[in-house]
Amino acid sequence: MTLAVFFGCTFIAFGPALGLFLFTIARDPLRIIILIAGAFFWLVSLLLSSLIWFIAVKASDPQDEPLQKGLLIFGVMFSVLLQEAFRFLYYKLLRKAIEGLVALSEDGCSPISIQQMAYVAGVGFGLMSGAFSMINLLADSLGPGTVGIHGDSQLYFLTSAFMTMVLIFLHTFWGIIFFHGCEHRCWWEIAAVVIMHLTVSGSTFCNPLYVGSLVPSYLVMATAAAWAYMLSGGSARNLRRFLLCLQSGASPQLGS
Amino acid sequence: MTELSAHLPQFQHGQLTENFPDNHLSNTNDSFERRRHDNSERRRNDNPDSETNGQPQNIQQVVEQDEEEDEELTLKYGAKHVIMLFVPVTLCMVVVVATIKSVSFYTRKDGQLIYTPFTEETETVGQRALNSILNAAIMISVIIVMTILLVVLYKYRCYKVIHGWLIISSLLLLFFFSFIYLGEVFKTYNVAMDYITVALMIWNFGVVGMICIHWKGPLRLQQAYLIMISALMALVFIKYLPEWTAWLILAVISVYDLVAVLCPKGPLRMLVETAQERNETLFPALIYSSTMIWLVNMAEEDPEAQQKAAKNATYDKQAPANQTRNEDAEADDGGFSQEWQQQRDNRIGPIESTPESRAAVQALPSNSQTSEDPEERGVKLGLGDFIFYSVLVGKASATASGDWNTTLACFVAILIGLCLTLLLLAIFKKALPALPISITFGLVFYFATDNLVQPFMDQLAFHQFYI
Repeated sequence: MTLAVFFGCTFIAFGPALGLFLFTIARDPLRIIILIAGAFFWLVSLLLSSLIWFIAVKASDPQDEPLQKGLLIFGVMFSVLLQEAFRFLYYKLLRKAIEGLVALSEDGCSPISIQQMAYVAGVGFGLMSGAFSMINLLADSLGPGTVGIHGDSQLYFLTSAFMTMVLIFLHTFWGIIFFHGCEHRCWWEIAAVVIMHLTVSGSTFCNPLYVGSLVPSYLVMATAAAWAYMLSGGSARNLRRFLLCLQSGASPQLGS
Repeated sequence: MTELSAHLPQFQHGQLTENFPDNHLSNTNDSFERRRHDNSERRRNDNPDSETNGQPQNIQQVVEQDEEEDEELTLKYGAKHVIMLFVPVTLCMVVVVATIKSVSFYTRKDGQLIYTPFTEETETVGQRALNSILNAAIMISVIIVMTILLVVLYKYRCYKVIHGWLIISSLLLLFFFSFIYLGEVFKTYNVAMDYITVALMIWNFGVVGMICIHWKGPLRLQQAYLIMISALMALVFIKYLPEWTAWLILAVISVYDLVAVLCPKGPLRMLVETAQERNETLFPALIYSSTMIWLVNMAEEDPEAQQKAAKNATYDKQAPANQTRNEDAEADDGGFSQEWQQQRDNRIGPIESTPESRAAVQALPSNSQTSEDPEERGVKLGLGDFIFYSVLVGKASATASGDWNTTLACFVAILIGLCLTLLLLAIFKKALPALPISITFGLVFYFATDNLVQPFMDQLAFHQFYI
């Protein structure tokens, strides 16, 4: 416990997101606002889904363990659907914002594109989701205690941190894919995002059998990453050129 | 921040006050000249309501040009200004939350203020509710009385009284409250300290603070001091207000803010109008300004020209010009100091005890923005706003069972409320209260997160499910 675990888990969970924030978002005030608004939308979706779950729990028998667990699973699924619904609402809001920015600008160009907004919105959702999952754990890890002393898994903090990290990444990629789907009316992309989210959340029902939740989540993340990269204009060729440039320091001799 | 300052030359325009020539001196950019020019023009054209002597925490103002070509600039600009306010508000909240979490003194119950005489340790819930309503009613009445007193003092030009009031309150904050804070921090971390060192530290801290806030000083230092005294004030409120009373007071203050700023006969509005009639400045000392703090000169050409000339000279960085400028500023200071004092007094009011000081602080107008120049617009937010935002987040972190989740939710809610308020400001271009939207969001999210989200997240964490 204590400081080593605290710092380790913090940086595992939030390190990449912090890097993304510092290098791509922190310099542009508009992006920071979009980030915070994205976090707010996620929060509202969580609030509504908690309300539904709370009502369901209050209306049911608190002694019935399987029922409570079933209600919790229902709560999770409902929350996932609500999060995606709020992602759609946020897309609508950002679309209007872009129209406003374009209307106000001198040269008819918006200072920020919908793809950038999609990325920032995804990071906003991810950061808030990760923060809400992880922060109380981190605060507890600072204090005294032994993990898993009652027979639970001893890897609780570590796996939570890794799960949080993968969720933040996933939200980022899902944001890009989702907005792209909304932009180009590819409903199957939107459906794919919803299904991926349900899959990842569903896989966590295997916990503490972590191989059942972490491995699929990372696989889904790799898929979503590749897909988002493709949708953002990337390709295998671009990737190769990027890597070659990096290695050789000279422009590659590949045709485009 | 470098980026911001790079853009700032084009976008910053604070209200200018002669009392702080060094403030903007230290933030000098050549573009400030341009800005100032633009600002004064803007101010004359666009800001009939730019000065609000209303409750400091609540009035924000952005004046923009109406031309369309500037609107994109305005919006982008608006984004910068939102961030310019996000950063200090966040810093103040971070300081308050960090203190609450580490120093147990501020969560320990050591009695109540005389303005909240009814205890909340009652037998029945109904009695507790009644007591807290009475407490809130007394507190709000005190605040209303203070505000009206300030308006009256201002109207009858009792500048000396107001000035003395402000000086006493800032003295109390900078010396006494920070001494207590320092003592408690030392106790928490078991640091051995002698009185001589403490005396030296507090003396330096306080004197530099008085100079920075009331006279001249580097902008960043002034901003830092304003954030620190807001945090100190918020901590005092968090300590001495019992729970239900605190939430009730927050709610009622937001409503009062709304009424006082927007109603034609509201005290804050009257204060603003009086200030405008007299072409006097608002209160620079108790407004947080993201750019240099200048006294707003409503419609006077000459003083502005003087200022401009002086400032131009300053920015030219010529020593004699600087001297001249400073002298002008000094000469003007004599004339402005009263108004300035008024503002400060209106802002702070007598601070013999916390509620009074709070009332005083509250009574001070909070200006958000008087941006005349599209290129130079600073953002202003009253210190009372800082204080109440921090009280909300601090109380959330002190008493919530959801702990960090609730704190985070309130934090995001307040920032979004601030963002929306600034957006409304950009649309309506007049003084607006900054408390209502943020506090409403904050309260809603506090109670919702604490009662609904926290059990849900608890269960999820217990089973290690992820949503």
